[in-house]
Amino acid sequence: MEPVIETRKLTKRYDGVVAVDELDLIVGKGSVTALLGGNGAGKTTTLSMLLGLLSPTSGEISIFGEDFVANRFSALARMNFSSPYVDLPQRLTVRENLKVYAKLYGFGEVNPVVDRLAQEFDLTDFLDRRLRRLSSGQKTRVSLAKAFVNEPDLLLLDEPTASLDPETASWIRDFLKSYCEERSATILLASHDMREVELLCEDVLLLRRGKLVERGSPADLLRRFGRKTLEDVFLDVARGQHGEVA
Amino acid sequence: MSIPDHSSLRRISGLLLRYLYLLRSSWPRIIEIAYWPTMQLIIWGFVTKYFSDVRPELSAAGVLISAVLIWDSLFRSHVSYTLSFLEELWSRNLANLFVSPLRPWELICSLASISMLRTLIGIIPAAILAIPFFGVSVFDMGFPLLAFFMNLVLCGWAISLVVTGILIRYGLGAESLTWVLPFLIAPVSCIYYPVETLPQWLQSIAACISTSYVFEGMRSLLLQGELKLDLLAWAFSLNLLYIAIGFTCFMAAFRSARRHGLLLQVGE
Repeated sequence: MEPVIETRKLTKRYDGVVAVDELDLIVGKGSVTALLGGNGAGKTTTLSMLLGLLSPTSGEISIFGEDFVANRFSALARMNFSSPYVDLPQRLTVRENLKVYAKLYGFGEVNPVVDRLAQEFDLTDFLDRRLRRLSSGQKTRVSLAKAFVNEPDLLLLDEPTASLDPETASWIRDFLKSYCEERSATILLASHDMREVELLCEDVLLLRRGKLVERGSPADLLRRFGRKTLEDVFLDVARGQHGEVA
Repeated sequence: MSIPDHSSLRRISGLLLRYLYLLRSSWPRIIEIAYWPTMQLIIWGFVTKYFSDVRPELSAAGVLISAVLIWDSLFRSHVSYTLSFLEELWSRNLANLFVSPLRPWELICSLASISMLRTLIGIIPAAILAIPFFGVSVFDMGFPLLAFFMNLVLCGWAISLVVTGILIRYGLGAESLTWVLPFLIAPVSCIYYPVETLPQWLQSIAACISTSYVFEGMRSLLLQGELKLDLLAWAFSLNLLYIAIGFTCFMAAFRSARRHGLLLQVGE
């Protein structure tokens, strides 16, 4: 499978603390991959480096076959990101936010983009409401809509269905899955929702203390660890009952 | 659907649109922009009126009112630029901006554009009010007014570049610098008095401050009717130097914030 993300010996140190330690990973085109790990495992640090928000201490990042560390902007135009921990401007309406981001991603005619997103993410009822007036579930949907404004080839998601009710979360998972299949798009997501990972991802990367310690499909990991749920596998890894990926 | 055009102009206009929406969303904000310059004008208008009775040479040719309005263009341009940037920190939106293809210099251009607009919204009503109420029209200065105004705005942006660099690196804890820093240069800008008023050692400092040349030039134009181009040239040259220093500071702070992982955390 053609790699979309490739890191070689990717390392981040903060004041002597190693947050990500010589991480080698490959994420193939069209895959939905989960990045799992406990608190401080290096998930957010890794995502931040893959988004260009954080510069690595050493190592290489290649995205779409290009050196992302040296020139990130052409890749960023084909990527997007959503996280419940990063807000959109609260004083702007949903429509205004989407228009602004449509322009930032290069669209001249922004109304068709907003209409498409409103339809896809069922935002029509509150399109002209300010973001601060929305429920947390509605905000998550708007944040996801923003992440699809440029129809990205690569999507990095942090807790994509946080704050969503089970029905909407299930709808979002189906949407993400079909989006990847239709467009051969790639998703890398960080999540603590193991059921979501089992339902959505074909590949799982398990991090511990900044290192990649396990990798495989959910079924493969369950078989290798002799566990019934991915949560048990996660706990085994978090407690150090595993071997490191060579 | 239209095909994306990844030009800088489109991204700059996109971000400018964000600030325009923000401005439009609150009418008290729009009123507030014009409120402070107008209050300044009224106070100094009456001071001028009083001086014109007792010491007419101090307020001749509307020099005090003109100085107030022109100085305010520095303060407004700086505050407008920095407050728009602070909005990104307050709304925790910075990470969303920097995972888009937006370049840091494009952010600077957007902030400068909204700053210019807000400055004009603030200054023009006050300048117009000065005509009927105090009989002073800064517009009578003609083209040099534009040069004085642009110099002050450039100086305001240079200060803003440094302040936003500090904000991006040290977070909202440094917010108060927004209000404090422009006044650091006020005494040596010689807004209301000639440079010779300062002690010798302060005159040496004033010689390095672009705004002192602007106000000297303005007094020369209003009181002697002489446009001193050398003063304007000094002011422009120094402002270009300040902008270069400010840009370097901002980019260094931005790179440092990327090294320390602050772009995701800032505003929290």
